[in-house]
This record gives sequence, structure tokens and C-alpha cells, in this order.
Amino acid sequence: MHDTSHSHEVIEQIPGQIEFSPDELARIEKLKALYPNPKSAIMPVLWMAQKKWGWLSINVMQLVAEVMNLPYSHVYGVASFYTMYFKKPMGQYHVQVCTNVSCMLLGGEKIYDHVCRKYGIGHNERTADGKFSLEEVECMGACGGAPMVAINEDYYENISIERLDQILDAL
Amino acid sequence: MSLSEQNFPKLIIPPIENLHRLDVYRANGGYEMYRKALTMQPGEIIDEVKRSGLRGRGGACFPTGLKWSFMPKGNDKPKYLCINGDESEPGSFKDRLIFEANPHLMIEGILIAGYAMGIHTAFIYIRGEYHRWVRIVEEAVEEAYAAGLIGPRMKETFGGSYSMEIVVHKGAGAYICGEETSLLNSLEGDRPYPRVKPPFPANVGVYGMPTTINNVETLANVPVILRMGGEAYSKIGAEKHPGTLLLGISGHVNRPGVYEVPSGLPLLDIINDLAGGVPGGKAIKAVIPGGTSMPIIRGDALEGVMMDAEGLKAAGSAIGTGGIIVMDEDTDIPHMLRRLIHFYHHESCGQCTPCREGCGWLEKVLTRVDTGEATSEDLDLLVDIANNIEGNTICALGEAAAWPTRFTITRLREEFEAKVKPTLSLPVLNRVHSLRPSAHEEAAAVSN
Repeated sequence: MHDTSHSHEVIEQIPGQIEFSPDELARIEKLKALYPNPKSAIMPVLWMAQKKWGWLSINVMQLVAEVMNLPYSHVYGVASFYTMYFKKPMGQYHVQVCTNVSCMLLGGEKIYDHVCRKYGIGHNERTADGKFSLEEVECMGACGGAPMVAINEDYYENISIERLDQILDAL
Repeated sequence: MSLSEQNFPKLIIPPIENLHRLDVYRANGGYEMYRKALTMQPGEIIDEVKRSGLRGRGGACFPTGLKWSFMPKGNDKPKYLCINGDESEPGSFKDRLIFEANPHLMIEGILIAGYAMGIHTAFIYIRGEYHRWVRIVEEAVEEAYAAGLIGPRMKETFGGSYSMEIVVHKGAGAYICGEETSLLNSLEGDRPYPRVKPPFPANVGVYGMPTTINNVETLANVPVILRMGGEAYSKIGAEKHPGTLLLGISGHVNRPGVYEVPSGLPLLDIINDLAGGVPGGKAIKAVIPGGTSMPIIRGDALEGVMMDAEGLKAAGSAIGTGGIIVMDEDTDIPHMLRRLIHFYHHESCGQCTPCREGCGWLEKVLTRVDTGEATSEDLDLLVDIANNIEGNTICALGEAAAWPTRFTITRLREEFEAKVKPTLSLPVLNRVHSLRPSAHEEAAAVSN
């Protein structure tokens, strides 16, 4: 099991000028108008930013703070709370292996160890070519299909090491 | 007759193909219960829900009708409905099935609940990992908007002056957001720390306004109650916890999955008949009956345990979210507990010291136990830490970590004893004192 202590790693910058397109800015205004208080749009806007840049660097969070009219510290506070907002670049394929109880009972830990060895990476690390990253995740709500692995946004249930290898090798 | 052969009513997940599509849902009487609700007074609907005996399906089993009646009447302030679809309790995966198979039933439940409480805005909060299910619900909401079933156009569709806006809000990976006040802070765009209660959300909820938070499955039951009538609904299953339950069964069973059954069935029959028993015919060592925060039950204590709130209370546990995790005779229980506590340590929001530090201590000591470096004194230490977390935190995550620790160690102590070194037996209680060469003689003299 990975270390749970909160690490204070240095967050890198995405080089160059970053900005939202006019279309995206219009979408952000729409999101703000959905809620009684525009501050509520911070999570969907962080999702948008992560989709666009792949992860949330300091300058991305600063940009979000700017479009949201919020202090950077607030945006950082929110973004750093949630595990699904990436504070460093992840792989093109983010492999999430569940090792929580239901998956653990059916071999989730062995699958996680296998992926660690296969790519030589650990929790929240990515391969040198940037193709794969790995995360040991908590329960994803797929216990009936344990053991499960998610790759980016897709769930793969009732998975075995062999089947996972086939899927990963085909990527 | 075994359970799997019985024809239980499927009220939430009926066996109808493509029911997630609006046209199919409407062809099967969908949104007609909202139409019926409009012919009733809001108070009558709340009374009907009270009569049904419906209790919340998110874990606390609070009577839904009573919760609704806490909302202030009148329209002087905006009021909000939050639908808790965060579903992050390990072992729970039933709301996901509603999103996937019958999202419009939940939406119709939202409309009825909103009308009954005079609420015009609802937020469906869905955990971030459920990308696919967020999309399904978003599509269902958009479809309902387009058909004039929600939004300003619903006045034309159904008549009357009531309308409701529904917003789907996606989480980003934090177990704590399933705690209702944490969910409110998350929705407001703040760090999702749970709030101190009182004030309760019915008075001061999201955006400081009166708010009701209901679980997805709870709201999906509401149109069913209006269709059957509260009286008839209250006759399904266990008297004090009526209705059908979506039970998610996982772990060492042949047919894991979600089963909709009336409440109050024998837990052993659910495991052996519905879920097909344990692979290889192995014995059951233990069962967690309602998601990992709920007290574990020994395999040899399962006889006669009934699957409803009162039945599990009698068995020294609780139904929680109805996520049943079955563990066979070969399960390494200390390792399981270590993994489980790792989860609570990871998910502790850090606001309250007993939970933030305590969960970390639990994990550290359990790691020692799991790797064989602990003594049996450490087991008492774990129970002591758990007792010092419980009741000393703002939200129930403290209990969620303390309960499994205490109950797993006390109920399956032999599993832990087998993994730890026996405690040094010292002639006197003071350890330093006892190391003196003369201590043994002194102790012997005292006992003589």
C-alpha cells in the first residue's frame, strides 16, 4: 500500500502562454450561471482545464483563479483536496488499479504489483515515454465486478492479469 | 423454495429493456406519478411518504417523510434539494445501477420531492470516478429538459405553476463528499470539510439556504410509493424498514452483483441462494453487511441474521448502504483490516485531530500486526485508539474507521492473535522496574 502522507511536491509549470479559447470562456460563463453562486463552477472548470492541459499546473490553476474571480490559494486549496485533479503530468493512459477490500479479496493487490513491475513505476508515477501512469485507487464502485481496473475513464471489471496485459499491450 | 426461485417485485430496477431511454420509460408509465403528485397537496405527499415507512438508503436509515417535513414551509427563501450519488463506501455499487438502468425514475422522484417541499432547484452530485454514469445522467436530464419534463416548460407539459431546474455536478475523487455537509461545501466550491451540526441542512444548507439531501435510491423509491400507495408499500418486507433494497454483494461469492429484494430476508439465504454461495464450497469466515464502515459479523454468527435495519442492529451491526462483502475461510483478516483502515486514513479530510492522526496511528499499528511485528498488547492499543476517535469528530468518518477496527479485533480476535507475538509476561506492571535482576525475586516475595 502506498504512503498516505500528503506530499508537498514542487508543482511544475506548463511552459508558454496558456489560455482558454473564447468558446471555452463562454462555456465557463454558462457554468457559473448554472449555480446560485458562481464559485460553485470551480469543480467543472477544473475538470475542463484538466481535460485541456492534462493536469493542473500552477499556471493552469492561476488561470482558473482568474476566470473564476477567486484567489489562487482558494483554487489550489480545492484542487489539492481531490485525488482526481492531477497535480503533475500523468500518462496518456492512466491505469487505476483498485486494491480496496472487495478487489483485494479477489487479487487486486497482485494486479497492482504486476502493473508496478510491468512498467517499473509506482503509485502516481508515469513511464519515461509518458505513455502510462499508475494509480492505486480506492473503491471505484465496481465491487460486483471485482477485481477491477480503470484506464482513463473506462472501467474494466472481472479482470485478470492476463486479460489486463492484453488490453494494455494493445494500447 | 430458495430465494433465487421466488418472484420478488422489482420496483426500482424492473426487467424492462432500454428503460434508461425516455421513450421507453414513458411508455411504461413514466412521469405519470409526477402528474399524480400535482393533484395532491404537498403536505399530502409528505404524509404518503411517511405512511410508506421509507427510510433513507444512504446508510443512516433516517425516515424520509420525517426528513422532508423538517423543511420550512413558504417561499421567502430559495430551498434546495441535493441528491447524494457520491457512492464511495467500499462495497457499495447500487446507485450506479440506478443511473445506468433507470435514471428517469430518480429524476421523477426528484420532481415529486421538489414539489412536496416547494424546492425549485436540485443538484445531483455524482462521484467523479463515475465518468460514464455522469454522462448517462446528464443525457437523461437533457432529454427530460428537451421533452419539457423539467425546466420552465414543465408548466405547459403538466399544467400547474410548479417548475424545477436540475443540475448534474461531478465530484473529483473524495470519499468524504458522501458526507452530506461535506457534499454541500464541495458543491459550493469550497474545500469539502464536513460542517458542524447544528445548524442542520434543513435550516442552513447549501448557499446558507434550507436544503434536503437524499440518496439516489431513496428518491427512486418515491414514484413507486405514489403508484402503490404508502400503505401498500409499507407492507413490503420488514415492518420497520419496508420496501425493496438494492443489495450489492461482492467478495467471495459465485454470483456477485446488485440484487433487488424485499428488506428483511435472511442474510445467509441471500449469500447462498441469490449470490450462489462461496466458490469451492468454502466456509464463510466473516461478512461485512453494509459497506466497510459497518461492524463485521463472524461467519458462525450469521444464522438468523435478517437483512434490514432492525435485523442487523439485533446482530450487532448496521445495514449502511447494503453493500455485503463476503470473506471465505482463507481470508487474512488482519491484512483485510489494514487495507480497510488505509482507506480511511487516505480519505480523512484532516479537519479533526482524532480522525486525522488516529487513522494514521491505526494504519501504522495494523501494518505492524500484518507483518508480524506486533504483540498482542498492540491489539488492545488499536481498540484504545478507535475508542478515542469515536464520538470525537465532526462527522461520522471517525466512527467509520473506529467501528471496523474495534469490532473486527474484538469479534475475530483469534485471527489477530495468530499474527502477533504474545505479550511479554512481566512479573510486575512497571516494565523498566521489571528489568532489574532482583525484580523476579521481589515479585515472588509480594505474591507469597
